[in-house]
Amino acid sequence: MAEQDKILSDITAKEYEYGFVTDIETHTLPKGLSEDVVRQISALKGEPEWMLEYRLKAYRKWLTMELPQWAHLNIPPIDFQDIIYFAAPKKQPDKKSMDEVDPKLRETFDKLGIPLEEQMALAGVAVDAVMDSVSVKTTFRETLAEKGIIFCSMSEAIREYPDLVRKYLGSVVPYTDNFYSALNAAVFSDGSFCYIPKGVRCPMELSTYFRINAAGTGQFERTLIVADEGAYVSYLEGCTAPMRDENQLHAAVVEIVVEKDAEVKYSTVQNWYPGDKDGKGGVYNFVTKRGICRGDNARLSWTQVETGSAITWKYPSCVLLGDNSVGEFYSVALTNNYQQADTGTKMIHLGRNTRSRIVSKGISAGRSQNSYRGLVKVAAGAEGARNFSQCDSLLLGDKCGAHTFPYIDCHNTSAVVEHEATTSKISDDQLFYCNQRGIGTEEAVGLIVNGYAKEVLAKLPMEFAVEAQKLLAISLEGSVG
Amino acid sequence: MLKVKNLHATVDGKEILRGIDFEVKAGEVHAIMGPNGSGKSTFASVLAGNEKFTVTEGTVEYGGEDLLELSIEERARKGLFLGFQYPVEIPGVSMANFMKLAVAERRKAQGLEPLTAGGMLKYMREKAAVVELDAKLMSRAVNEGFSGGEKKKNEIFQMAMLEPKLAVLDETDSGLDIDALRIVATGVNRLRSEQNATVLITHYQRLLDYIQPDFVHVLYKGRIIYSGDKSLALKLEKEGYDWLIADYKED
Repeated sequence: MAEQDKILSDITAKEYEYGFVTDIETHTLPKGLSEDVVRQISALKGEPEWMLEYRLKAYRKWLTMELPQWAHLNIPPIDFQDIIYFAAPKKQPDKKSMDEVDPKLRETFDKLGIPLEEQMALAGVAVDAVMDSVSVKTTFRETLAEKGIIFCSMSEAIREYPDLVRKYLGSVVPYTDNFYSALNAAVFSDGSFCYIPKGVRCPMELSTYFRINAAGTGQFERTLIVADEGAYVSYLEGCTAPMRDENQLHAAVVEIVVEKDAEVKYSTVQNWYPGDKDGKGGVYNFVTKRGICRGDNARLSWTQVETGSAITWKYPSCVLLGDNSVGEFYSVALTNNYQQADTGTKMIHLGRNTRSRIVSKGISAGRSQNSYRGLVKVAAGAEGARNFSQCDSLLLGDKCGAHTFPYIDCHNTSAVVEHEATTSKISDDQLFYCNQRGIGTEEAVGLIVNGYAKEVLAKLPMEFAVEAQKLLAISLEGSVG
Repeated sequence: MLKVKNLHATVDGKEILRGIDFEVKAGEVHAIMGPNGSGKSTFASVLAGNEKFTVTEGTVEYGGEDLLELSIEERARKGLFLGFQYPVEIPGVSMANFMKLAVAERRKAQGLEPLTAGGMLKYMREKAAVVELDAKLMSRAVNEGFSGGEKKKNEIFQMAMLEPKLAVLDETDSGLDIDALRIVATGVNRLRSEQNATVLITHYQRLLDYIQPDFVHVLYKGRIIYSGDKSLALKLEKEGYDWLIADYKED
């Protein structure tokens, strides 16, 4: 047993492999947040007046709001005046040509295994890369433009497609929604914008890659995806950050609008720096993600693999407004060492015959705390609504915690809401069986954990699924018992 | 190939094996029989290295090495195979994937390159046919939803895949109907060679109708108290163990 514990702690103690810092000159605003800082961000980005107004309203609202305290998280006090709200690589890349992107930036993304050009072309993925606060490069613009698909940085969208942005920005996650959404609306610096026109099926995966590089910086990106009637898109998001002793704040907002008969799949592999084995440093990931199925027969599916961040507070949700619309949430959340996660989803059934499915797989190791928190709400008018939720927890070792907080709020008697939950451990017998077949304990744990998470991993696009499998195994190295 | 001398082992402080002496040479098939609770399964587990049991005394030499110094997976990679009495389920992990890893480890230990995907597939089909195991089971999770018979056939299938030097089959025959028993036995017989050896742990003589052992041993209260050839099994079937164990009952 002691031996196993040791192996477990060795595996779980594997170092974070994306922890390097790119030595690149950045343009930063001084620390702290004020109306003036909000104005400066807007001015630096050359934004129109309406955008500045929106930011200022959000900022003023934020001043009146309080930090959410209801999650099962122990969050040390955050000094919001001690954060840099805007950092941009100094050499502003020209997004028309890859050659003009700073070689160091390209190197960074290469190191991360995110080659922005040829390899992505082979993989058929269009990428928007966001480093610190600025979108570095969006690939495949032309190919997509032929189909009328807009995929660009949020800053650009604000300048070039103001009508679309004004129509949808804040329509799903208003700045009044919560403390972090207000903060994000006030200071967001960039992010991705994606619009799929009526009846268009996006021919490739769209992907945004987020990277926090500069020290003392918060990252506040904003993503807006709109799938017009009958459109389809699959969207991927990846994230990493350098290893730093301090905690870094990441407060993003993702909004998704799915119109009639349209479908959006949103997949995340979140691998922010989780802090070291003693819980020092790491990213605070306080993110608001929500989509709305506005029209009939719309479908929205969230898939997330969460292995990073010191603290995760995140509930990708679906508002099912259109009749027969479908919301799905597939999640694997792995916590190790001193990580904390409070994550789950909200399924808000408003339309008739709306359906939702929740599959949550929590994996806790080390001294981590892992909570599932989910709300299934069925409004009075949601005749025939159906929900199925499955929440499984896997515990590795005896010092971690797994918690489940399911909320069901049902106002329609014709609705059917089901909830299943299990808690399990990797058994000694399973490990012995694997060992007896020549499979070492580390590998066996990776195998068993991946088997446990399979239902969710299977929802990821192929190239991401392979990455996610490796990530799960790496994140757990050292954690059996 | 295997030399066990004066092996003692305990679980939770209770002594189960109390001085086993046992030797296996290449090409031999040994059957270990004995009443319930005599330590048969414990002996198999200890050979495989199960950490539930503590070896308190004695030596085990395997292929010229000190077996007790090797980890569970090292023993396996060096060709020691345990056929489980109760194979465990590993949800979500496909048999194919599981076997791919296991075979790769075994081949690595033998200094061989891993098989290509195509080669692996062919190899699996071939070996599955030996035990009449439905190849469709390869895409299912390890032992999950397998019937009792399928689980046992699956153990023999894995044995065939891993080509062990020494296979210890722990009550592989228990719970099998006569057809399944015949299939399992055929599988074992087809894998017999001059280079490998098999230890069958069994409760019933009927398995030995299908697999001819060179030696039959009786394990009782943690010791091998009697050894003979296959006629011993027939005698045990007819007369039970009483004539043998009478002398030991006071222990």
